[in-house]
Amino acid sequence: MKNHPVIKEEPVVDLNLAKQHGLTEEEYAKILQIMGRVPTYTELGIYSVMWSEHCSYKNSIALLKTLPRSGKDLLVAAGEENAGLVDIGDGLAVAFKIESHNHPSAIEPYQGAATGVGGILRDIFSMGARPIAALNSLRFGNLDDKRVQYLFKRIVKGIGDYGNSFGVPTVAGEVYFDPCYRTNPLVNAMAVGIVEHNGIAKASASGKDNSVMIVGSSTGRDGIHGATFASEEISEKSESKRPAVQVGDPFVEKLLLEATLEAIKTGYIVGVQDMGAAGITCSTTEMSARGQTGMDVDLAKVPLRETDMTAYEVMLSESQERMLFIVKKGHEEEIANIFKKWDIEAEVIGKVTDGPMVKIRIGEKIVAEVNAETLVLGGSAPIYYREKKVPAYLADIQKFDIKSVPEEKNYSKSLQKLLARPSIASKRWVYQQYDSMVRTNTITSTADAALVRIKGTKKALALKTDGNGRYVYLNPRRGAQIAVAESARNVVCVGARPIAITNCLNFGNPYDPEVYWQFFEAIGGISDACKALETPVTGGNVSFYNESTEESIYPTPVIGMLGIVDDVSNICNHTFKSAGDLIWELGINYGELGGSEYLQMQTGKAYGDAPKLDLVKEKALYDVVLELIQKKLIKSAHDIADGGIGITLAESLFESKLGASIDLVAKDLRIDCLLFGESQSRIVVSSSADDKQRIMDIAQRHKIQAVVIGKVTKEEKLVINEWIEANVSDLKNIYDNAIESCLK
Amino acid sequence: MEKIKFGVIVFPGSNCDHDAHYASGQLAGQDSRLIWHKEHSLGDVDVVIVPGGFSYGDYLRCGAIARFSPIMKDVVRFAGKGGIVIGICNGFQILTEAGLLPGVLLRNESLLFVCRNVSIRTENISTRFTGTCQKGEVLNVPIAHGDGNYFAEADTIRKLEENGQVVFRYCDENGRVTKESNPNGSVNNIAGIVNEEGNILGMMPHPERASDALLGLTDGKKIFESIIHSFVSSAQQFAAV
Repeated sequence: MKNHPVIKEEPVVDLNLAKQHGLTEEEYAKILQIMGRVPTYTELGIYSVMWSEHCSYKNSIALLKTLPRSGKDLLVAAGEENAGLVDIGDGLAVAFKIESHNHPSAIEPYQGAATGVGGILRDIFSMGARPIAALNSLRFGNLDDKRVQYLFKRIVKGIGDYGNSFGVPTVAGEVYFDPCYRTNPLVNAMAVGIVEHNGIAKASASGKDNSVMIVGSSTGRDGIHGATFASEEISEKSESKRPAVQVGDPFVEKLLLEATLEAIKTGYIVGVQDMGAAGITCSTTEMSARGQTGMDVDLAKVPLRETDMTAYEVMLSESQERMLFIVKKGHEEEIANIFKKWDIEAEVIGKVTDGPMVKIRIGEKIVAEVNAETLVLGGSAPIYYREKKVPAYLADIQKFDIKSVPEEKNYSKSLQKLLARPSIASKRWVYQQYDSMVRTNTITSTADAALVRIKGTKKALALKTDGNGRYVYLNPRRGAQIAVAESARNVVCVGARPIAITNCLNFGNPYDPEVYWQFFEAIGGISDACKALETPVTGGNVSFYNESTEESIYPTPVIGMLGIVDDVSNICNHTFKSAGDLIWELGINYGELGGSEYLQMQTGKAYGDAPKLDLVKEKALYDVVLELIQKKLIKSAHDIADGGIGITLAESLFESKLGASIDLVAKDLRIDCLLFGESQSRIVVSSSADDKQRIMDIAQRHKIQAVVIGKVTKEEKLVINEWIEANVSDLKNIYDNAIESCLK
Repeated sequence: MEKIKFGVIVFPGSNCDHDAHYASGQLAGQDSRLIWHKEHSLGDVDVVIVPGGFSYGDYLRCGAIARFSPIMKDVVRFAGKGGIVIGICNGFQILTEAGLLPGVLLRNESLLFVCRNVSIRTENISTRFTGTCQKGEVLNVPIAHGDGNYFAEADTIRKLEENGQVVFRYCDENGRVTKESNPNGSVNNIAGIVNEEGNILGMMPHPERASDALLGLTDGKKIFESIIHSFVSSAQQFAAV
């Protein structure tokens, strides 16, 4: 039997009720002014959710607009559609975006993480693009904590189960562990899709009398106020908001994908939008506002899975796997039949009107009438600049002097200890739970960046996420620059040209002036780097309020980088190839320990300044490495990052069945700084001895320092000066099993 | 030679359907088409592939619902008259649920989904799926499953072993069948079996993912080539008669 929504007497709206909905006095006054009357309870719900941080970006949008958002390859401007869209030639475009699901995952890790994946996939295929890869960026507290272990296991399983069943390969990402993420883990999910230029679907409503169709799962009470929940800090009360976490069904999503792409192909789809945060409310008003139209929607026609739902509940439900379609009048049946083939419900629930009002009815009774434009980002939704203040902690930590840290002289032991650090160790335990190969396009998922080929072309996409929160904590501007640079460097190491980014900005409470300063600075840093490296920002997501009563997370902007390989015969990975090859260090080692994993290990703290970064040098380094790969002069390339060159060399050996004999020149640097310092803009490459001069010439032409630091050897040992001598198999054993042994 | 006609069944929730289609068509150079599960007839096909994925979400037992799909009746009929059927991963699970192959696939012993490359030893080269392999040849092929732990009653296992129905066994890179090389807890490290008549193969590893040099592994090709070759040799036999 069909469930019907009910008309119930609604609570009287006043300032107090508005405040309970998370609105401020000023915002409530603005609503009264816009409407010229007191809103109904349902309307209040609509405004509160649309003006929540999550939907309106009210505390971030002013700064986000300062990011470089245009470039020759961008097909839509950031924020205009469900995800960014980049032209890659051959009549194809890449849709990609990253989004957070931190709060739900902190409370209900399995479903929180799973629905994070589901949401971002829908953003991609609602544009008409078939998802071809998924990535994720995760942050947890220390793994020796039982609660952290629980979150870690369940979040990884949630991501795996959803992506595996849906049939998208999960190809890359990163996982870091630091006490600051103990109660507030970060779960950022990224998805990437491919669409033909003529198959791109828009997220706007146009054409008076065209039909508004809801497709996918029926609507229940799950996730009501999820968006407002995501806009506050995590506290003991959060546990009671567990019902605000949605439940995912990857099987339905898979059907929805196939049916959506088939429907878009007919040419009768005018617009599509995923229902994520704020469900029907957000999709109807945003699509109307974008198309400068209105809508007339009857909630009695919405398939409901529960009895006695009120208009308020139907409008605010965040039930998963639902989408809103605008269908050309007269073609509703054809479209409905496609969904029927895939066993998906599809119902016409209303029509497009002249606008600007979105009218919500239950049968004849009007339950809400709102001006779409006043609700949305870019319309009248609030925009705030908040007060900012340089954080007090900075003065203290920047006083750090390396001399205060005693040097551990057993460098082999330090290397082994670093390899066992969960942030550095192999993430095998994680990524083996993800299907990384389905759709048979994954060239690699274990190199510096993932490579996914595009069938029918010679091209491949290179994909990576990066974001070292510790650097950003120590120096928000430079830390954010480094996040962009590191992701680009990783993409370059597999032979790809970095072309665009998506970002997920995870911060604390923006009403705290110190947090807002961090945010302001980090945006500036991303902006600097994206300009210098010519990788515009195509869109992304902001997640504030990542703090609990006990602690605040490191400000953690995560960058999702897209790179392109024009010819898959010119690709590279990090593994050394043959004995006798030369090992090179490109770039300069300043022995910087500030914010390093080594320092964290030795002292338990984040100290000092983030490493220096010269963006001009960084870009020149890319030019060198890409030229070397294209001319087939190098056989491997591996970025120097967490744990310094010691870790980079070890990782280059793990799949090689070879060894390396290295001779570094310390000059006046401390040896631990030399081995484990994290100076930026460095890449270890290997080459045949015959190509030495040509490599020198190319590096010189770009003014990049290139030094031969050793040779690949037959004997499976890593030898660095007289400081380190270790069997590769022993090191690999530590590296491979560290995370699993933490979980035992 | 005329091309072999592959048919790949598409259930709701299949997600290796396109991969099997690509490997049997584009890569193996044969005719290949997708067959929607609501169809009642396979049409004119020589080989049926039941692909991997999560048919119907696999919320009940894996493959338990898919076997009721309309097309499965015709798959059973096709198999009954000796047609070549290969079930990969979820396809293997579906074939056991449909009673076309003995045994069941349980949760992995680790209780975790596992996706990685494994080595499998070719135990029987006189099947239509392994004719181009060497006896004992070690193939590198990926697995990706949460329920690949093959189990059957002791009697059934004994019969499978005696009849040479165990076609593939998980092993280490040198071909040794060890506990460490068993990724999911399968009885006797079983990775793939055929029915008594030898025309139906079920295997957890994915040969379609190991058929393209660009992606790293190519041993899976041998299984497609063996199937194709088996048609050539049977055609030759007919010609000789």
